Amino acid sequence: MSDESKSVVGSLAHVGITAKYNFLNYFRARRFYVMLAIIVIITGLLTTLVGYYRPPSFVGGDALGFYGAGWGSFASFVVVLSAAFFGGDAISGEFQNRTGYFLVPNPIRRSAIYVGKWLAALAASTIILGVFALAMLANGLFYFPGSIPWEFVESFAFAWVYLVAAMSLAFAFSSLFKSSSISILMSVILLLFVFNVIDTVASLVAGIEPWFSITYAAGIISDVLNVPYPAHKVVTSLGAGRRFTLAQFHATIPEGLLILGVYFVVMAVLGLVLFERKEFTS
Amino acid sequence: MAPSIETRQLTKSYGQFTALSGLDLNIQGTKCVGFLGPNGAGKTTTMKILTGLIRATEGTALINGVDVVKDKKAAMASCTTIIETPEIYPSLTPKEALSMLCEIRGVPRQERSKTIDEVLARVKMSEWADKKVGGFSKGMKQRVNVASTLLSDPEVIILDEPSSGLDPRGMSEVRDIVMSLKDRLVFMSSHLLAEVTEVCQEVAMIDHGKLLVYDTIENVTAKFAGGGGAVEVSFAGDVDEPLRARVSKLPGVTSTTKSNDRHLIVKFDPAAVTQDKLLESVAGLKAGALTFTRASGLEDAYLSLIKETL
Repeated sequence: MSDESKSVVGSLAHVGITAKYNFLNYFRARRFYVMLAIIVIITGLLTTLVGYYRPPSFVGGDALGFYGAGWGSFASFVVVLSAAFFGGDAISGEFQNRTGYFLVPNPIRRSAIYVGKWLAALAASTIILGVFALAMLANGLFYFPGSIPWEFVESFAFAWVYLVAAMSLAFAFSSLFKSSSISILMSVILLLFVFNVIDTVASLVAGIEPWFSITYAAGIISDVLNVPYPAHKVVTSLGAGRRFTLAQFHATIPEGLLILGVYFVVMAVLGLVLFERKEFTS
Repeated sequence: MAPSIETRQLTKSYGQFTALSGLDLNIQGTKCVGFLGPNGAGKTTTMKILTGLIRATEGTALINGVDVVKDKKAAMASCTTIIETPEIYPSLTPKEALSMLCEIRGVPRQERSKTIDEVLARVKMSEWADKKVGGFSKGMKQRVNVASTLLSDPEVIILDEPSSGLDPRGMSEVRDIVMSLKDRLVFMSSHLLAEVTEVCQEVAMIDHGKLLVYDTIENVTAKFAGGGGAVEVSFAGDVDEPLRARVSKLPGVTSTTKSNDRHLIVKFDPAAVTQDKLLESVAGLKAGALTFTRASGLEDAYLSLIKETL
């Protein structure tokens, strides 16, 4: 092959190439089908339990109530699991599994590899989230035929934005650690437990709005399914003489989207910088 | 312009430990250069810096005159590598993995399929071309790695122990492939001195992160192997210090070095003793000597230049 026949490939094309082959790898990997199985189990359980017990919270009101109880309760969980499954070891796996030794020593920038892998992980996760949304939609249409609330569409869009931000965070952890299991575990623990504990402590105990928390912002996914939209701050007085007050915060939609956007940008930059500086040492 | 690999004052430190210390190496032209040194000498570190896997603490690494830190894309455009037995995405087939590299390297679409078929045939992996890599043995994966270095007609090929993980036939085939790369610069690290002697024209030896010598194999052998003869004797049991001392005292023996637990390299003065007489003397010790082989000149040079294994 002559040098003249080889073309110079731009970084944008490299992003597309990396995304294509990584998506192919995700799509054929066991973990994709494990995630699908988890979605099938969640929706199967919901469908069975709702069909058998007919709980009022699901079928006692309108379609919005149904989506609020089903989709609103589980969408964040599906997002976190998808981000951790597909993004948690996307970069650390290149080091631990040594696949980086095949890909990195080529005429390709690390940033193109990072962005390509991020897009592939996002695409795989979007399929999982989409399957869950379709399953919820099928259930919803069974109980409330012909009624798809606009708020459900909004909620799906917010869940996807949360996925974008959570994926950035998972990738940042993936760039920080060289062990796949540690980076996946850190992503799950943070997104499922630590941020939720921080939200609770900040709002209920300290009375501070947890504007710095990604899971607080993700509350818009379920909040948008409540009509009217919950008040920004709800104060409950407790005890004799109502001396104790507990504050509960709900991010407004613009605030929630802004926080998720900031998480996406900050974590994307942090993860990229970490990956650029990380060395392939044994 | 002839292909080239150059390092200028290349230094790599990990805290207090210095893996590379001001390495200056300038290799020009189409040839195969063996990169030798004990474990931890800095061979893989050098190769990783040259391919952008790690960064130098100080100094510069250039491929075809292009700084790998300042413009990795340009530096790697005509360079392919195997560093530390890379792994391939397990759900991809060899065809897909190589196709990914072809696309990254800008191999035209109409040439990709033919190129991939050719390189897979060269490493005897054609019948596995459409099977997922995840089920392959280490040797099969290494064959795909070797195939990946032949894509896109590279001018420079950097190979870090390319025979690693291969069975004897695989090793022989890799040697044949490397020997067939006449019009390129191949920079290859290996612990197999016989392989280097067979395949390479020049050697660079490194120890404790410093270059000891870079020259043709003939010159290195002439300068450092010493004028005397050398044989490697294998024993049925371990070579302990008393046995080494007994061999050292035999007439005409100038030095003895353990090459591993059961092998001893015996240097002798041909003017004082002929090889057949020396072998008779060693056998006469009744110490379990099993075989005698003529030690290669490169091995002598290596042992004379590198005194420690770590």
